[in-house]
Amino acid sequence: MNQLSAKELRDKIKAGEIKSVEATKAVFERIAKVEPTVGAYISIFEEQALAKAAQVDKRIAGGEKVGELAGLPVAVKDNMCTTFGTTTCASKILANFHAPYNATVVEKLLSSDAIIAGKTNLDEFAMGSSTENSGLKRTVNPWDIERVPGGSSGGSAAGLAAGLCFAALGSDTGGSIRLPASFCGVVGLKPTYGRVSRYGLVAYGSSLDQIGPVTQTVEDCALMMNVIAGYDPADSTSVDEKTAPLCDYLAKLDEPVKGLKIGIAPKFNAGADEQVRKAIDEAINTYRNLGAAIIEIDMPHFDYAIAAYYMVATAEASSNLSRYDGVHYGHRTRNPNDYIEVYTKSRAEGFGKEVKRRIMLGTYALSSGYYDAYYLKALKVRNLIRGDFVSVFEKCDCIMMPVSPTTAFKMGEKLDDPLKMYLSDIYTIAVNLAGIPGISIPCGFDDKNLPIGLQILAPAFGEENLLRIARMYEKQTDWHRKRPNLNG
Amino acid sequence: MQKKIDEAQVRKVAKLARLELNDKEVEEFAGQLSAILDYVARMNELDTNDVEPLAHCLPIHNVFREDTIKESLGTEKTLANAPQQDGSFFKVPKILEEPS
Repeated sequence: MNQLSAKELRDKIKAGEIKSVEATKAVFERIAKVEPTVGAYISIFEEQALAKAAQVDKRIAGGEKVGELAGLPVAVKDNMCTTFGTTTCASKILANFHAPYNATVVEKLLSSDAIIAGKTNLDEFAMGSSTENSGLKRTVNPWDIERVPGGSSGGSAAGLAAGLCFAALGSDTGGSIRLPASFCGVVGLKPTYGRVSRYGLVAYGSSLDQIGPVTQTVEDCALMMNVIAGYDPADSTSVDEKTAPLCDYLAKLDEPVKGLKIGIAPKFNAGADEQVRKAIDEAINTYRNLGAAIIEIDMPHFDYAIAAYYMVATAEASSNLSRYDGVHYGHRTRNPNDYIEVYTKSRAEGFGKEVKRRIMLGTYALSSGYYDAYYLKALKVRNLIRGDFVSVFEKCDCIMMPVSPTTAFKMGEKLDDPLKMYLSDIYTIAVNLAGIPGISIPCGFDDKNLPIGLQILAPAFGEENLLRIARMYEKQTDWHRKRPNLNG
Repeated sequence: MQKKIDEAQVRKVAKLARLELNDKEVEEFAGQLSAILDYVARMNELDTNDVEPLAHCLPIHNVFREDTIKESLGTEKTLANAPQQDGSFFKVPKILEEPS
């Protein structure tokens, strides 16, 4: 059963061939075995999950209509609000926070009859590329437990790769879905900004954050998108269907895109390790053999994306995280001398190092005298980067490149050098600045048996095509079927 | 803009951010933030005089809705996560000094 994709399992559950209770029990047995090693989950909901599974089984047996994700055990990144359990953002400041409402995506999972098995670990407040910044626990890469799973949705990707759920949700502000998906050998999609509601997603960089699926296959990804995509009146930045019509992402998934034109930027890709480059080149060759045309493109402002991102994202973060004041919710320092210390000490005690660093950086970028030079400048560079994409997409349907210059790195390797850590997002970050969708799909392994991800980017609201393009490759290869050998 | 951020500036920014930092953190951040800002300075290679700042990547317009009364969270749920509360209000240390 653990070999089934989410879609395959869902189909079998719906057909009554497998009981959701069996699938859910299997997941929790697996969790009991390997979770102590992997550390994917911050919280698990065994009792609640089994009760819901039994209910779904009963409804199926009774011939009742069930949802798109009927009986499917899934995981949710712990920066999405749930009325059950805690919503910690892997931060000590929210360690005991019980959200008073469900995020819209959580409501959608529940009303689609998904079984939420647990909430997954992340870099504190989704700030990081390795999940090492979690203030609560350590997640390892199931392919090599001495290496990081990538971040910030490391728990979702590692948990899925280790078979601790059948699909998961992550969030992506600068690569936080695609990078861990790549490091853990699974599929991860960052949808177009506005396609999925952010209501109930704890804010980091509000103009960049987007929720998306982390799945075993491209088909699973389409299935999850069918559930989570759509306009939400509770999120004023979610896009209505008049602006960008929704579609059934599964309907045409198996139809190859005819006359596919792929843009590649060899100069830019040259920055990746040789083995990564080789895998990407081979993947592009697979497309060439399918009849795709390969076009060389130029992205003149790509090299400035990380610089612009770390100003925009940290500025937004410093503003968003000002809500953690030790007054309304979250940690409060024990014996403050005055009300100022309620703020300064509560925040000092509650936030981890990377969060503090980003608050500092963002506060600096927004402070008087530096605003024009840093923040405003970054917004202008952001416009140039968006312009690069607009002109490139006039010539091609999608862009292909690595997700990351390297495969999963060792724990601790980049912890003392924040800039080095930031640079691992070099291929993912421009996508968030431009708001376009990007997917990471497995495309091979290096000589250490670590997964490599192929990144495919498409124009805004081009998810349907993007998934079809990714599916073309998936049907030619079996990288997505490979699983790590974890002894639990 | 090339100027690195020194410890005094780190302390000033920390105050603005309402973040208490110890001496070790101040020293560490001065070095790390300087390195990051040095890297960020590469943006100056680009002439952006005629470029509009882009705050949002997609056309976003104001959203209006009917001003209808809906159920809200309620006092109990609102206060449920408060570090200190008295059933009706959030409690904080005294803000105003006693008049002398």
